[in-house]
Amino acid sequence: MTYYVLIGLGILIAVLTVIAALGVLPSLRIVPDDTHFDFTRFRRISFPISAALSIVAIILFFTHGLNLGIDFKGGTLLEVRAKSGAADIAAMRTTLDGLRLGEIQLQQFGGPENVLIRVAEQPGGDKAQQDAVQKVRSALGDSIEYRRVEVLGPRVAGELLAYGMVGLMLAIVSILIYLWFRFEWQFALGAMIANVHDIVLTIGFMSISQVDFDLTSIAALLTILGYSLNDTVVIYDRIREMLRRYKKMPMPQLLNESINSTLSRSIITHFTVTLALLALLLFGGHAIHSFTAVMMFGVVLVGTYTSIFIAAPILIYLGVGEHREDAPDTATPAKKNKA
Amino acid sequence: MLYFTRWKALGIILTALIVCLCAVPNFFPEAQVKTWPAWAQRRLVLGLDLQGGSYLLLEVDSNYVKKERLDQVRDDVRRTLRDAKIGFTGGVIVRNDAAEVRITKESDVQTALGKLRELSQPLGGLMGSSGQRDLEVTDAGGGVIRLSVPQAAMLDRLRKTIEQSIQIVERRVNELGTVEPVIQRQGNDRILVQVPGLQDPTRLKKLLGETAKMEFRMVDTTVSPDQAQQGRLPPESELLMSASPPPTPYVVKKQVLVAGGDLIDAQATFDQRTSEPVVSFKFNTSGARKFAQATQENVGLPFAIVLDNKVISAPRINEPITGGQGQISGSFTVQSANDLAILMRAGALPAPLTVVEERTVGPGLGQDSIEKGELAAYVGSILVIVFMLLTYRLFGVFANIAVAINVAMIFGLLSLLNATLTLPGIAGIVLTVGIAVDSNVLIYERIREELRGGRNAISAIDAGFKRALATILDSNITTFIAAAVLFYIGTGPVRGFAVTLGIGIITTVFTAFTMTRLIVAGWVRWKRPQSVPI
Repeated sequence: MTYYVLIGLGILIAVLTVIAALGVLPSLRIVPDDTHFDFTRFRRISFPISAALSIVAIILFFTHGLNLGIDFKGGTLLEVRAKSGAADIAAMRTTLDGLRLGEIQLQQFGGPENVLIRVAEQPGGDKAQQDAVQKVRSALGDSIEYRRVEVLGPRVAGELLAYGMVGLMLAIVSILIYLWFRFEWQFALGAMIANVHDIVLTIGFMSISQVDFDLTSIAALLTILGYSLNDTVVIYDRIREMLRRYKKMPMPQLLNESINSTLSRSIITHFTVTLALLALLLFGGHAIHSFTAVMMFGVVLVGTYTSIFIAAPILIYLGVGEHREDAPDTATPAKKNKA
Repeated sequence: MLYFTRWKALGIILTALIVCLCAVPNFFPEAQVKTWPAWAQRRLVLGLDLQGGSYLLLEVDSNYVKKERLDQVRDDVRRTLRDAKIGFTGGVIVRNDAAEVRITKESDVQTALGKLRELSQPLGGLMGSSGQRDLEVTDAGGGVIRLSVPQAAMLDRLRKTIEQSIQIVERRVNELGTVEPVIQRQGNDRILVQVPGLQDPTRLKKLLGETAKMEFRMVDTTVSPDQAQQGRLPPESELLMSASPPPTPYVVKKQVLVAGGDLIDAQATFDQRTSEPVVSFKFNTSGARKFAQATQENVGLPFAIVLDNKVISAPRINEPITGGQGQISGSFTVQSANDLAILMRAGALPAPLTVVEERTVGPGLGQDSIEKGELAAYVGSILVIVFMLLTYRLFGVFANIAVAINVAMIFGLLSLLNATLTLPGIAGIVLTVGIAVDSNVLIYERIREELRGGRNAISAIDAGFKRALATILDSNITTFIAAAVLFYIGTGPVRGFAVTLGIGIITTVFTAFTMTRLIVAGWVRWKRPQSVPI
């Protein structure tokens, strides 16, 4: 079935390619050619909103908490599938409760035959976890297929969490240093504020949605960091270029010009990333579901918003462009109607 | 920006082509690739989450290593002082990473210090240049001498323990007949074991969980086990339990006749008379000599075969065994006889290992993940390709060609590095497709802008490339830093993601700087366009 769909889409691409090459296709303009939105004026709204949302996210983090996955919490996770028919969750629950292993969660997913079993971390160190999984395996027997078994001792889980956090910090600091070299320190600071804002909001999202927070979430966070910065850097590059070219343009106007001229690119790129993520979300299976969901939120929703409404306008407060020489504009402006 | 010398253009195309060709071995069955020359054999390795298998992280018990070293120091101190006829009171006490001994006579302290200092060896043998020693002997005052093991010496011992353990683990895993297991050291005190295709690691964990310290000792017949349990245990003997249920106590002498290190072979076979599974073993020359002497002296008495302080069997010596060969019988199943033979052949672990992390993926889930990942990759790519065609028309065709080359190069580079492809890794490739078009979008949007600014077609294209490329480099480096950090901190699937992401960024920058430019430059030379259909 899927293969026919793929073949069909392949043919569509071939036809489109030919048509596109011949130049008959009308050009699609998602964003009009010449936009002049006053983005920086929104800072009076966007900054308080972001501040409020960040505070909400932090409160959520401390009250609601994150749904720590097995990677960071330790314990046992078994993904099993009934060899025939639907899995009898009730019977499995009775069997497992008889083992006295503390809290055991059973959860159906992706079809009646699949069950996810989580056994809380056992007291008594690494050996105890191993004994527990052995008991579960022998209690459930051979009537089911063991598709995935993960057992993590308490110390490894703690180390992984520490490693993940250190990694996040390391990434932020090294990117900061790079930006400091490439731009002025104000840009690096602005990008870092935007960065932290992204991460805080994404953590808030993970707290609300209660997706598993595990190693892949850290990977998602780091990727969000990378891409949000990617976007910010594109706008900053343009701001720097404009600063060199227009020595007298007031900062808010200069920032607006920069954001507007990169707007079309921002939207198109985020649209393509969304398409790719959408495919992963819909067809990638549950193993990477939380990963793509977090990424979708972080890259698409927060990342774009941040670079336009936070990262760029914040430069005004950081004093970028205040001490430009009072020399007349020498370069010929690209947009005659503006300069 | 749009001018390429013929050599440069050729160089770019050749580089791209060669990198793409590196992906070719992945499309042929593994058996066929094996017959190719070695340089052509590099291919992608599927991660355990895609092909199924077991991942175990084992930890050496560092406390055990420490305790064993201190016990050894204690025995050395006792022997040294006894040999030197120096009296000490209260025995040798081991506490807080050190052994302490109180010398009875104040006048003996200096002599004792001198004697005990001889126990201390330079770290790293004769070649050791660090100046550190494996034992620090100090006068703690009041007649007390302290012998402490420095941190560096402990780490050195732990390192050696790990190295030995890896060899033993390797032998045991290889005995299971698995395909291409990976056994590596991780950190200071851990060993990583990856066994592709292994569905149930229970047996493997059991094999690795045994220290397998094998000893042949005499059974103490002067007291019965019952008497011994009531506390009448002779000091040179100890009470051990049987390995097979029900637990039966044995009084066994502490002295070891022959140890497992003298074994050269062990095989699981069947007893000729009873046809029960048994393990037959063979000693080396010195082991055979020791065993022959011991059995000669103790005909008619029982001896015990002890594995990890549990008695496997305690047969009576009917006649001296001089050939250095024997067999162990003791209610074995075929599998347990086999496992014991494996443990005896592979040798003892220097310290116990604990499983601290286990991840097993069944082949069914692995196959599912591959199919889902592939489908997501196809759908994602098709969506992006169609969108680019609709947005940029002819230039969309150029962008799609560049992205196709980009993806082929990712696979080529991954194969060249023998990288591991994981499910998050596939996600990384799909994301790269979404991101790779970004470089084209940046260039094209800049060209549109320059056109609006009033430039003519060729000058706008030229300026668009020139200005966009700097931005592309800047923006990709930040993402690359994130990928590098992820590679550094991640393990397994996450590392797979970092690898594809990082390589994706490299190929993206390469194609943006060379392939896209080359394609557009070729089109400009061919068409000499007056306007740009973008």
